[in-house]
Amino acid sequence: MLDSYTETTLILEPDRCINCRRCTQVCPHAVFAEGPDHVVLARPASCMECGACALNCPVQAITVQSGVGCAWAMISAALRGKDMDSGECSCGGADSTCCGTSQEQSCGCEEK
Amino acid sequence: MDTDTTNNPARCTCLSEPGVPTCGGGTDNVSKSGTRTTDSIITPANRLDHFLARWGVNREGHRVEPGLYRLGNPGHDSPVFASANYTLSYDALRSALAGYDAFILVLDTRGINVWCAAGKGTFGTEELVRRIAVTGLAMVVSHKKIIVPQLGAPGISWPEVLRLSGFSVEYGPVRARDLPEYLKTHTATPAMRRVGFPIRDRIVLIPVELGHVALPALVATVALLFLAGPVAALAALAAVTAGTALFPVLLPFIPTQDFSTKGYILGGLVAIPFAAAFASAPGLPGWATTAGALVPLLIIPAVTAYLALNFTGSTTFTSRTGVKKEIFRYVPVMALMAGIGVILGIVLGISRLVGMI
Repeated sequence: MLDSYTETTLILEPDRCINCRRCTQVCPHAVFAEGPDHVVLARPASCMECGACALNCPVQAITVQSGVGCAWAMISAALRGKDMDSGECSCGGADSTCCGTSQEQSCGCEEK
Repeated sequence: MDTDTTNNPARCTCLSEPGVPTCGGGTDNVSKSGTRTTDSIITPANRLDHFLARWGVNREGHRVEPGLYRLGNPGHDSPVFASANYTLSYDALRSALAGYDAFILVLDTRGINVWCAAGKGTFGTEELVRRIAVTGLAMVVSHKKIIVPQLGAPGISWPEVLRLSGFSVEYGPVRARDLPEYLKTHTATPAMRRVGFPIRDRIVLIPVELGHVALPALVATVALLFLAGPVAALAALAAVTAGTALFPVLLPFIPTQDFSTKGYILGGLVAIPFAAAFASAPGLPGWATTAGALVPLLIIPAVTAYLALNFTGSTTFTSRTGVKKEIFRYVPVMALMAGIGVILGIVLGISRLVGMI
């Protein structure tokens, strides 16, 4: 109730995991934790679907529908008749994206 | 350490122009190989540039020239760090590396910070591999390792970078300021790997948040001032201020998880004094005071909740799936509340014009 952030699209296939632990290095929310034979999903609800884990997994043991959780961009996309999930409208887009003339929304990551 | 780099504010530009130093440190000193020289000093001009970036002024112009930079007096075995060509990202890195001899490989992220650019793919495998090749990095250093900020990982595939360039990617800590500690062992502590959203990080976002809604807020305030009086105008200002300035500050302290419901709570609290003011207006019939009290109770929470929902893009933890759920769950309610509130307001206004109240 009143929590839209309990489910994500993150899927880990433990059988494919070779325990290289790259996912634990790139995840900014400690979603993955080391296990005896393979990594485990320690905090799956904290996944922000950035896609870093899947992109850096050398054996494709992780899948996630990555994207930016930005309501402004998604609503802008919907208002322009575009697909909210297309990723066309997101922070850091080029001038022609749904974010208009501003290249960047104010993602909380300027100093990173 | 080489600090002989000019960073004359009068000659500094935020735009990338050949031969002109950018805001991100001194870049006058370009060698024949195209490698530039920089330092770790954050000058007053840099600070002004950071201030303007925070306020969203010339949003696309806070750029550093992409390419390879020498920091200090690096040799063949010195570490190589990747960064974005956004001045705040680049300056955070070079200032954190004060006293170190290193190379900084600046990718062309079109003036966007590392994390956002990684999400968009401009801080990505293709650009990293291309920049390694263009700068001849393999001839500059004897090792084949590049330290990439952890938040660049959503755009970088280390197996692909290795395959295409021969360079292995080492993911450094989230925050550049942790680099000196990280470099002692090249191992990040769990805390170095976690992204937080402390109050300082939330507060610095307020100017841009305000900037996004400044014009419509001003128009609404002026319109309400003439159409409904100073209290209504103040209510508009209060709703916008609550959603863009107060909300980021109070974010973790407002109960509930969803941004929209947090916004409703905050907006509801802000609306109470205005509702009380309209409810106690003298000389009006009961239906008018009731309707007058309902208008702020309907519109202010809806506006604040909408602004709060839009703050999701500024945070460091919201998922696309969750935000999408919020949009479908709450935006129709916001629209309904605001719509009813506006209609009530119009009815009251017309009633006043025709002398009914």
